[in-house]
Amino acid sequence: MDLLKGKKVIVVGDRDGVPGPAIDECIKTAGADIVFSSTECFV
Amino acid sequence: MNSVIKGASYILAHTPDMVIHNGTTQTTERIVNPGSEYLVELPGKLRPYDDAMRYAPNQTYIGNLTPDELSAVAAPWYEQKLEDADRFGKMGEIMPQDEFYILMQVCDAFDLVKLEKGFVEEVKPRFEQHPLMDESIIARIKGGVEQSEIDRAIGEDHAEGLYQDGKLVGYVKKSHDVDVNLSAHVILENLVSKASCVLSLLHLTKNTGIDKAEVDLVIECSEEACGDMNQRGGGNMAKAAAEIAGFSSASGADVRAFCAAPVHALIHAAALVASGTYDNVVVAAGGSTAKLGMNGKDHAKKGLPILEDVVGGFATLISKNDGINPELLSAYTGKHTVGSGSSPQAVITALVTDPLDKMGLKITDIDRYSVEMQNPDVTKPAGAGDVPLANYKMIAALGVKRGDLERAQLNDFTTEHGMVGWAPTQGHIPSGVPYLGFAREDILSGKIETCMVIGKGSLFLGRMTNLFDGVSFIIRKNSGETEQTSAVPEEQIKSLIADAMRNLAASLAGEGR
Amino acid sequence: MDLENQKRVKELSEQYGPENLVVVLGAAEGEAAGLTAETVTAGDPTYAGPLTGVQLGLKVYHICEEEIKSEVDPGVYDEQVGMMEMVLDVDEIVDEMSAIREQFTKY
Repeated sequence: MDLLKGKKVIVVGDRDGVPGPAIDECIKTAGADIVFSSTECFV
Repeated sequence: MNSVIKGASYILAHTPDMVIHNGTTQTTERIVNPGSEYLVELPGKLRPYDDAMRYAPNQTYIGNLTPDELSAVAAPWYEQKLEDADRFGKMGEIMPQDEFYILMQVCDAFDLVKLEKGFVEEVKPRFEQHPLMDESIIARIKGGVEQSEIDRAIGEDHAEGLYQDGKLVGYVKKSHDVDVNLSAHVILENLVSKASCVLSLLHLTKNTGIDKAEVDLVIECSEEACGDMNQRGGGNMAKAAAEIAGFSSASGADVRAFCAAPVHALIHAAALVASGTYDNVVVAAGGSTAKLGMNGKDHAKKGLPILEDVVGGFATLISKNDGINPELLSAYTGKHTVGSGSSPQAVITALVTDPLDKMGLKITDIDRYSVEMQNPDVTKPAGAGDVPLANYKMIAALGVKRGDLERAQLNDFTTEHGMVGWAPTQGHIPSGVPYLGFAREDILSGKIETCMVIGKGSLFLGRMTNLFDGVSFIIRKNSGETEQTSAVPEEQIKSLIADAMRNLAASLAGEGR
Repeated sequence: MDLENQKRVKELSEQYGPENLVVVLGAAEGEAAGLTAETVTAGDPTYAGPLTGVQLGLKVYHICEEEIKSEVDPGVYDEQVGMMEMVLDVDEIVDEMSAIREQFTKY
């Protein structure tokens, strides 16, 4: 079953982990529809 | 010719009551969850001054303990109280809150800070004993006001209270009835930033021995905005702080770039000195009340004291090359560009390996990396991990990808080229700069030869771009060359000009024939 | 999780239906990943944000989990995330995420 293809995806990246835009690049290739992307900062 | 780093200063102000009243985690909680258990238990979780002063990372910040000595102290550090600790350190001090309130008043140019009579009578004599407070500063302290005036200002006039051990001892007034940019809240934040910046400047003067009148420019690089509704981020906190510190010949300007600002500012300063525009440029910043107790909920939940109870500040002096102090290599800076991309690999490439490639160096050729030196005692219990360690692992991992080191050497790299973090989570304060003072000493003593300083910033928090930011520079042992030894002597220049004039005259005479 | 982000997650869940959403995280630590995952499934554990007491039960994964990675172009994954696999404690993250999904994900 495809988790991402054609699905609405919310991205919550982490500045000190994997940032939002880097995740976006990845999941776009799986055919996901990104409806919101953000990056959190704990420091 | 490269500029040099002549010294640095690092200060903290222990402000436990400001954690409660001015930290955004707490002010937000009071709005969304006014009766919360956290707000009830918070006052009991705050550390007394002596505990914060004896806290090993704080002693490291002011220079009494080296990063290597700190790494030998058993973690978690909040469980240890250093016996051998002092308010004053080799590079700065940890100022108690009550004296800091006096310093805020000293920094207030618009009669906006009022302190209670008895409080002033009690604290002023102690403040006057401070080794760095001269007559011009002492003269700025005002007489105290009645308690009833303070109660009225808080109750009726939207003033922000100043508290000591839970007791209201003063207030900061709003400076405009309508303009939120001049509200008591904003004025208080800016005065805290200014006062901690001023204290850093005073310690820098002492640490470097520079004549205050010789400073040409101060660049301030905090994360506050000062201005009114027509120019909200108008700025020049730099000049405001330089005035109080007594830098009479200095101009000032601010650099803003979130947590990356100090490293951006140092690159600016180094270029201004290297180009000959100025001889002595100070880069400085005060701290932030907003970030006090930022991760307090996690700390309280896990039974820790509230560790984010200090406001930070730092200052550094960049001067023309003296042939002795470490050089800042202006031609080999790293920068994360608009087009760099935001993957960690792209970020580390832009900041670390691009400048190294320009110099023909490997990742392992830099002796020490100074990254975001956040104290892991604070960040780990909050689920944010060990930030410096994660940065070192990223650098090492890129090194593995490039073939600069073997995968098995990854952990060794983090200890050999990295350090444990000790700086308070005050945004720009931990960002690359906390090691500068030690780096200068380590390079002068021959312990290391090179250090890369890296600052990163989360631009997306301002909602103007999704971009990340970062810059870096390398400092290196001085080559020993000075302006005098390398420059062409004056006589030689005169003779060169004379030759050129003679040739010109001869050719003109030739044309006339 | 940032309060503004909680608000957006809540709104998007109402707009598209929780069963149609997938949340993908990039957290640096297992614990932080777990807390964010908990927020979008069982509600905000810090009782601060708009998702306090809201049990959305969304599908939630970390970018480094096999379920997501297997659907992503390997070249792009390597370029964007590859290096971080050496930095992050992927096993710990997977454990935290699986535990939260088992307990709270409804879809």
